[in-house]
Amino acid sequence: MLEFINSNIQIVYLVILMIFVGIELIEKVPSVLHTPLMSGANAIHGVVIIGAIIIMGQAETMFATILGFISVILGTLNVVGGFVVTDRMLEMFKKKK
Amino acid sequence: MNSNILQLIYLIGSVSFMIGLKMLSKPDTARKGNLIAAFGMTVAIFGTIFLYENSEGISLHNYGWIFGGLIIGSILGTLSAKKVKMTQMPEMVSLFNGMGGACAMLISAVEFTHLTDKHEIGALPQGHLLIIMLGLIIGSISFVGSLVAWGKLSGRVGDKTLKIQQVVNIGLLLLILGIACYTILVGPAETVTYFYVIWGLSVLYGILFVMPIGGADMPVVISLLNSFTGVAAAMGGFLYDNKVMLVGGILVGSAGTLLTLVMCKAMNRSLTNVLIGNFGGGNTGEASTSPSGGHIREINPGDTAILLKYANKVIIVPGYGLAVAQAQHVCHELEQLLESEGVGVKYAIHPVAGRMPGHMNVLLAESNVSYDKLVEMEHINPEFTTTDVVLVVGANDVVNPAAKTDPSSPIYGMPILDVENAKNIIVMKRSMKAGYAGIENELFYQPKTSMLFGDAKATLAKLVNEVKAL
Repeated sequence: MLEFINSNIQIVYLVILMIFVGIELIEKVPSVLHTPLMSGANAIHGVVIIGAIIIMGQAETMFATILGFISVILGTLNVVGGFVVTDRMLEMFKKKK
Repeated sequence: MNSNILQLIYLIGSVSFMIGLKMLSKPDTARKGNLIAAFGMTVAIFGTIFLYENSEGISLHNYGWIFGGLIIGSILGTLSAKKVKMTQMPEMVSLFNGMGGACAMLISAVEFTHLTDKHEIGALPQGHLLIIMLGLIIGSISFVGSLVAWGKLSGRVGDKTLKIQQVVNIGLLLLILGIACYTILVGPAETVTYFYVIWGLSVLYGILFVMPIGGADMPVVISLLNSFTGVAAAMGGFLYDNKVMLVGGILVGSAGTLLTLVMCKAMNRSLTNVLIGNFGGGNTGEASTSPSGGHIREINPGDTAILLKYANKVIIVPGYGLAVAQAQHVCHELEQLLESEGVGVKYAIHPVAGRMPGHMNVLLAESNVSYDKLVEMEHINPEFTTTDVVLVVGANDVVNPAAKTDPSSPIYGMPILDVENAKNIIVMKRSMKAGYAGIENELFYQPKTSMLFGDAKATLAKLVNEVKAL
């Protein structure tokens, strides 16, 4: 286990830094933006789709093909749906002239 | 060469996520921030499809399947996101979040079979197995939990609580982690079986975790599950040594956790209280029911119209009732009508009015209510003393004085709108039924308060006509 952490030490640093960055980035968010921000963050974690694409693109067995295909669809739903919903919410916040 | 370009693309993707998230937290730049994050995501996805090479330098194939999945997902995602009504937004977010969780869960399942193909059972690399297990557990909880949250918000699933639910939940979680640790550290011959047992138990835990939490607290739960999915995505990043997945996942994980806490703080409650408090679950203490038992005074639309028209200053307090009745447009009409009669009209926005923070802003902005008319709680509260009429449209708990006066009340300590300071209070409601917190509201029995019963949209339309007729 120790060996594993050692060989991935860069990643461990990255994770810790990103935790702090994530907290800093949204520290002063007004309450009206809570829901859009949640929705936007929801779309961003759709980045998990890259894992699904990698699985799909390397699938040899039936099992991997089917699961990979389903996960590509699910991941895309997360990404596309997430960004579109967020945009629709934020559209409402346009400054009225 | 290709993989060098890809690393650069991932860097662009990661930075765009950070910039996007930063901009999303400011009203002026929020929309642009969302687009920037979407751009980063697009670049990262197509970069992966065309440039990814595994450790042996082999590119991806199965392009038909990949693009098929992308196209199906894009069409379904766009259609459902475009069609959904404003009132159903939180459900939609929850559903999309569940999709992400399911994706992470399936990745773990496939990667587990890869791992058992390559290595002997009992000699599986522990680090990899740990990450796969974590991705599986967190992804499953997030997937199933989000589905339950979605079901609750759309009214398909009710609130169900067992007395010993919390004990069962903690026990189950410990059991899952125990089996996972045992499997990883000892590497028994039945590893594959244990893997599926853990999967099943995680799914069960997802259900039990969200089931007892009241419908009113779902936004907080969705935000929490959102950060779970972020962590599950980051596990994928670990697995493939993929920086953009790692950055995106961890960012959402940490920002989402903070956002969850901020949301709790807006309601003046702790996260533990939300998770185990059973608030709004229907079994809140008896002590909180109104001791007054006083009389309520009803008022008809005609008298209300007179009050409104001859007032100098009117404050409208919108709540979930306005959203359900889709009354935002007619509400705006009434506001404009009164303004043209020389009455000053403002909206008082409680941070948790409706079913999600910012719900009222979104809803009223949809009907073109000007942004500066929406005043947040801290700024509007001092104004109530100089207000002639407060019109409460389908709000309840956010104007309940028990939050200030009754320590035994489940909402005690939650900041509320001080509507009782105004000269007249008119509460528009469908019935005397309690709000989300399931408690009586003493405000309704006060001598200054009049009740105007009926559907928000229909009643507001009547008011508009009455004011015009005067």
